[in-house]
This record gives sequence, structure tokens and C-alpha cells, in this order.
Amino acid sequence: MITGERKDLEELMEVVKDFKSLAVVGCDGCVGIYQIGGLKEAESLASLLKMGDKIKNGVVQDTEAFTVIRQCDKELIEKELGGKLDRFEAILSTACGVGVQTMAAVFSDKPVFPALNTMFMGAQDREGAELYELCSGCGDCVLHLTGGICPITRCAKGLLNGPCGGAVDGKCEVGGYTNDCAWVLIYKKLKSLNRLDLYETFRPPRDRRPSIGPRKLQGGAKY
Amino acid sequence: MRNIKEGKFVFTGELEPEKTTDLTELVESAKKLLGHCVACNVTDNPQSMAYMSSLVASYVVQRDAGMECVYQLRCSDRNSIALTSDLLGAGALGIKNVLALTGDHTTLGDYPGAKPVFDLDSGQLVYLIRKMVDEGVDLYGRPIHNPPKFHVGVAGNPNADPLESEILKLKRKIDAGAEFIQTQVIFDIEVAKTFLKEMERFKVPVLIGIFPLKNYGTADYFDKYIPGVHVPKDLLAEMKKASEISDKEKRNERYDEINLEYYGDFVHEIAHTTSAAGIHVMAVAYERITPALIERAKI
Repeated sequence: MITGERKDLEELMEVVKDFKSLAVVGCDGCVGIYQIGGLKEAESLASLLKMGDKIKNGVVQDTEAFTVIRQCDKELIEKELGGKLDRFEAILSTACGVGVQTMAAVFSDKPVFPALNTMFMGAQDREGAELYELCSGCGDCVLHLTGGICPITRCAKGLLNGPCGGAVDGKCEVGGYTNDCAWVLIYKKLKSLNRLDLYETFRPPRDRRPSIGPRKLQGGAKY
Repeated sequence: MRNIKEGKFVFTGELEPEKTTDLTELVESAKKLLGHCVACNVTDNPQSMAYMSSLVASYVVQRDAGMECVYQLRCSDRNSIALTSDLLGAGALGIKNVLALTGDHTTLGDYPGAKPVFDLDSGQLVYLIRKMVDEGVDLYGRPIHNPPKFHVGVAGNPNADPLESEILKLKRKIDAGAEFIQTQVIFDIEVAKTFLKEMERFKVPVLIGIFPLKNYGTADYFDKYIPGVHVPKDLLAEMKKASEISDKEKRNERYDEINLEYYGDFVHEIAHTTSAAGIHVMAVAYERITPALIERAKI
């Protein structure tokens, strides 16, 4: 799923300070499931921005929280929010960057601001404590060659022929040896699958064009 | 490479251009190694520090010192267009040897906010060089007018754990066309021997990397900050003891003696009992030790 984290309250207060009324719109999709930008988080942010008035002049007087099942879907936004946001001067979206841009396309007459810094496509570990980046959407998947572990995303250098010399005891030097070296994981996984033939195969340079943006797919919504 | 092919046990040195436009000291260091080392590596922004171009330094060292260079070229910070361009330039400047490296990550260096570029990795750089040299074409098969002639080497890490993953990685680089291997620093001769035994099947010359310790500060830094390698405790303790000698000349003499004691037998044994093609002496700014070491090792 797409992950992110909320911008600092001070930064958000600065962004919305010139508006008297503000709709804070959550998304029940990825960021809602991860409790980063769902209805609860939108409600909490709406309250904080109102409370902000007491500690800093100029922050909005009137805020109200809403939510959409998926902010990346133009039709769902129109169906669920149609007419409800007319009285607000501006919109603050707690969705990912895709949701913010979709909202901005639907509500073309209002300013739409992001409440989150969108981070990456990833998942939670089993304990649910951390979210890990797992896919870069590179457009040329190699997971069938690497034991289901993505070297493009999980190797800090995105190497196709790793590991590099920066791995010590299976940990990567980037990030101070706190992350697993993806290529040591790949080696162990392929060894356990008795597929070291895949590990020892040299992979020639990659054609990067499938990853060069902005990309589009046939059949997608058009804005 | 000619010396290696003739079966000679060779020594290579290491020169490090830093954040300067003045190469006088580097050239003087190279001159002191003439007749002792068959070539010197010229490092390329080690640990992702923003230093002078290794290509320019290699050219100047070859021109002014008459020392053949192993031009270290990192994939880091250069996409395949820039690498092709630099290799064509190296060909024009008479560079004969390239050490193909992936390179450290930007976040480790002194420009930690720079955009990381890893379009190719070291094996893929070897692949590119082989296309340019053997086929006379670029990465996309377009002909090169007057293609360059290089010998291409790669780095190997005998300290890797698990070692099998490193050996298989080196197999990939050799499959791509690597002609020689220079290893990361080794202190433990058994580690070197195990690695050399594993590498015998590939029949590619291996130069074992050693790191003579110029002073205690260098030893301590190396021990603490270079990933995956530690200076043996006894050696570190001896260096520390030597550092307490107040007279500078006597202190340096003691440092030299410690290194000669440690590495003299090491190099002798590698030369006489293993398949190694030579020793890569990473004595940056400590070139005086190299001739003495070669003499002590009785090659």
C-alpha cells in the first residue's frame, strides 16, 4: 500500500492560515488502513487546526472532517462528497499524493493542499511497528529471479548484481547497519530454494525506460 | 598485466587524489614507488568524498611520474552515458587499466544530500568495457571510432560473510569479462588463503590487498570506521604503544618496524605458498614502507 506521514502541524498551519473555512478530507484506502490519513486522522487534524487559533493568530475558524473510500477515484469522490464541500474556502487532503491530485482535479475551483508527505509503496512487518518500502514500481519486475525479494527497492543502490562491499553481517551500511542487505536475503532465499543458479547469473545493464516518468497505462482515468 | 601473464609476483600501490587541484605530492609519491610497484591504483572519490577526478589524476601521474595507473572508476554518481564518456576520455589519455567499482553510497560521503546514481553496477561496468574494447561498440552496439584498449579488473571481498555469496558474485563479474581481481584489505592470512583456494577454479589473477598502518590514528580510524574489517587487537595495541614514543623519528621507525614484522612474513607466505598473482599495497601517503616491505618479504 501507499504510505506516508503527516506534515508538521506548524507547516500545515502556515499553509492554511489565510482561510476562514477548511474541509479536511481523509481517505479510507491505504493511508486510512495504516491510520495515517483516514477519517479519524482527518477529524483529529481538523480539531488541531481549530485549536491552533488559540496559540497562533490567523489559523482557520471553521473546520470539518470528511472521508472518501478512495481519494484516487474521481467517481467515488464526486459520489461521496458532491455538494458537501461548497461552503469551504479550501481543502486539506490527508490522502497520498495521488489522492490530493485527484481531489484537485475534481474540485478545480478550490485550493487543495496535502496534509501528508507521501513516502513509498510498502507494508507493515508482522508486529505492525514499522512500514517497509517494498516496491518502486519500476515497470520491469525481477521478483521471479530474486526469490520474491526486490533488489531495486530493498537494496539501497538498487543493484541487479549485488551485494556490494557495504554489507556487514548481512546488514547494509546505508542507514547504519539497521536494514537487512537485500542481496544477502536473496542469496539465502535462493539457496533455500535450491536456485543458486539464479543468484550466480550475471544480469546485464537495465533498460531504464519502463521506469521513466511521467508514465501512463491504457484504460486509466484521464485528467 | 604483462608482468602477471609472465608469471611474475607483482606489487601494485595506491594513490588518493583528494580535495585539491595540486597533484605535486601525488606525483612525488608515485615516483617513490617506481621500480617497486608495476602500477598504482588511483582512487575515485573513496567513501563518496567529493575529491578530484581519478581520470585526471591518473593521466597526470602517468605523464609526470611515468608510473602506469589503474584508473579506479566507480559507477556511483555516473550514469551509463557518463561512464562511456569517461572511458572514451581514458582511452584518449593512454590509460591502460581500469578497476571497475560500484562505489560507496552518497550518504556515506561529504555530500550526503546528493542524488545517488547507480545506473550500472561493477559487473555491468565490466560488461560495458568489454563491449567497448572487444567489439569496438558502445552499450547499445553503436560503433566507436578508434575504440579504447583497457585491461579491466574488479574488487573482491575475502572478508565477506557468507563467503559463498561473494565467490558467486565474483563469478558473475568474471563471466562479464573481468581480467584481474584486487581484494579488500586482509589482515588474517588464513582468510586470504581460503579466498585464494576458492578463486583458483576461475583462473583469474588475484592480488591480495594489504593496508600498512602509517600511524596509530590511521589504525584506530580503520578499525572503527571501515566496515567489515578489524585491525587485529595485538597489532592495534603495538601501534598504540608506539604512538607514545615522543621523538617523531623514532616513533615512525617503530611504526615501520611493526608493519614490516607483521606484513613481511604475511607477504612472503602469500608469495611462496599460494596462487596469488601479487599484493596490492594500500599504503596511501605511506609509500616509504612499500620498498622496505618488498625487501623484507624476500620475494
